[in-house]
Amino acid sequence: MLELKELYKTFNPGTINAKTALSGLSLTLNDGDFVTVIGGNGAGKSTMLNATAGTFFVDSGKVIIDGADVTNLPEHKRAAFIGRVFQDPMMGTAPSMWIEENLALAARRGQRRGLSWGVTKEEKEQYRELLGGLGLGLESRLTTKVSTLSGGQRQALTLLMATLKRPKLLLLDEHTAALDPKTAAKVMELTDRIVREGQLTTLMITHNMRDAIQYGNRLIMLHDGHVILDIAGEEKKKLTVPDLLEQFTKASGDEFANDRAILS
Amino acid sequence: MSFLSSLMNALPGAAAQGLAWGIMAIGVYITFRILDVADLTVDGSLATGGAVCVMLIRGGFNPWIALLCAMLAGMLAGLVTGLFHTRCGIPAILAGILTQLALYSINLRIMDSKANQALSVDKYPLLLSQRYVRELSINNPLPLLLLFTAAVIAILYWFFGTEKGSSLRATGANPHMARAQGINTNSNIVLGLMVSNGLVALSGALLAQYQGSSDINMGRGAIVIGLAAVIIGEVIFGKIFTNFGLTLLAVSIGAIIYYIVLQIVLQLGLNTNDLKLITALIVAVFLAIPYWKSKMFRRKVQPQSAKNGGNGHA
Repeated sequence: MLELKELYKTFNPGTINAKTALSGLSLTLNDGDFVTVIGGNGAGKSTMLNATAGTFFVDSGKVIIDGADVTNLPEHKRAAFIGRVFQDPMMGTAPSMWIEENLALAARRGQRRGLSWGVTKEEKEQYRELLGGLGLGLESRLTTKVSTLSGGQRQALTLLMATLKRPKLLLLDEHTAALDPKTAAKVMELTDRIVREGQLTTLMITHNMRDAIQYGNRLIMLHDGHVILDIAGEEKKKLTVPDLLEQFTKASGDEFANDRAILS
Repeated sequence: MSFLSSLMNALPGAAAQGLAWGIMAIGVYITFRILDVADLTVDGSLATGGAVCVMLIRGGFNPWIALLCAMLAGMLAGLVTGLFHTRCGIPAILAGILTQLALYSINLRIMDSKANQALSVDKYPLLLSQRYVRELSINNPLPLLLLFTAAVIAILYWFFGTEKGSSLRATGANPHMARAQGINTNSNIVLGLMVSNGLVALSGALLAQYQGSSDINMGRGAIVIGLAAVIIGEVIFGKIFTNFGLTLLAVSIGAIIYYIVLQIVLQLGLNTNDLKLITALIVAVFLAIPYWKSKMFRRKVQPQSAKNGGNGHA
């Protein structure tokens, strides 16, 4: 479903702030893969997701979605294939617009936007039902501005928006990191449900080791801009947090051990 | 007493000017509030609208066609600013200033290298004229201006409710989200600038007919007057008018209030040469009001929230 081939990306090349974020990153996702992504700060996790989504173009390499080479396609065109939820709850929604308007915008992802009504009557009914399924009491607030919602409510809404029109690829960039633990757990459960029900091919970055192990069928670890660990299937099911930490240390050498010491 | 009567005398004129400028201010609202872009093209495109309209009518064209062409000329100016901004990577504010400067030369070309072109209501079949503003007759310009304002608001209300219009609002509200939902934010910004400057030029065309001439300087400071109308409308009606159509109406009323305030200040004996100074001061005051309000609000609330453990206001 997704092929990343030998991606390279350096930010601010030729300056003292030059930072190589991706160096030869390759990754292939099969149809229906739910991959969790872990790695230290600056490992290139977000850069990988943004390169896939087209937020910027890579220096070299190829991005292929469902057989189509999208490497040179701008962000808004790639959006036809991709649903996204960001780390910052403010990023994924238009705050000054109503809940139903936000959903209607998402329902038309990848379609030509013409001069018919932005939100139809049938849609409103559909949205009421879908929002009811979230269990957050949003079904009665279709014409509430999104700016009045809490961070958790916004992330749940953004998740719904990202999957309203079935994406070929769902990209989740630490979408629960800005939430309190209880809300984060709730949004994570919702994510799992939506991904399973839709059998969505998903890439999910997380800082939470337990989530990384518990969810998905495959786990990858990034370090210095490429994949250094790729565990799937039965092997992944048996993983424990200490296992993972040990694997990390082995894979990334001393450097990660130091990171860990700093972080703990 | 004479102050009041002369003020009453000046009111119809203030209302007419306010309505005509209100259409311009609605154009400013589209860029400034909906797209979140400060567009300075308007100082030039207002005069372009006036110039195109006057020259076409002088050339024997129907005034309605002249209005339409003026609008198209304004949209072209918006297109240029939009392309400067999105295709050449020039910051929006600078892109607008560049187009505005270029328009000065273009407007002079349109007006046959004259800084002023007269358009007498005696010689040409104008749609509206200042001369009849205090008359109770079919020639009174106020009904037509009201009609234009209503039509502009209705069309925009419809447009911003459509799929395309919603995507335009999303572009201004959150460009990241817009792109993630497959919206081409660049082309939307260009479209918004075109619609906005089309309205500004339409306003310029109406003003030129109203005052019976077009002037190379008629757009000087237009952006400030537009902002004044937007802000006055928001300060006075922001709490009551939450519906989008009413928000646009508030902008138009804001422009009328601006011209009435201006009349009062003039009646108090200020020189017309000081108009720009007064305008700048009025806008500064109305821009400052929301800021002052938030400051006062904070001062009142802080001791309380400190007692309650203080959440949020820091």
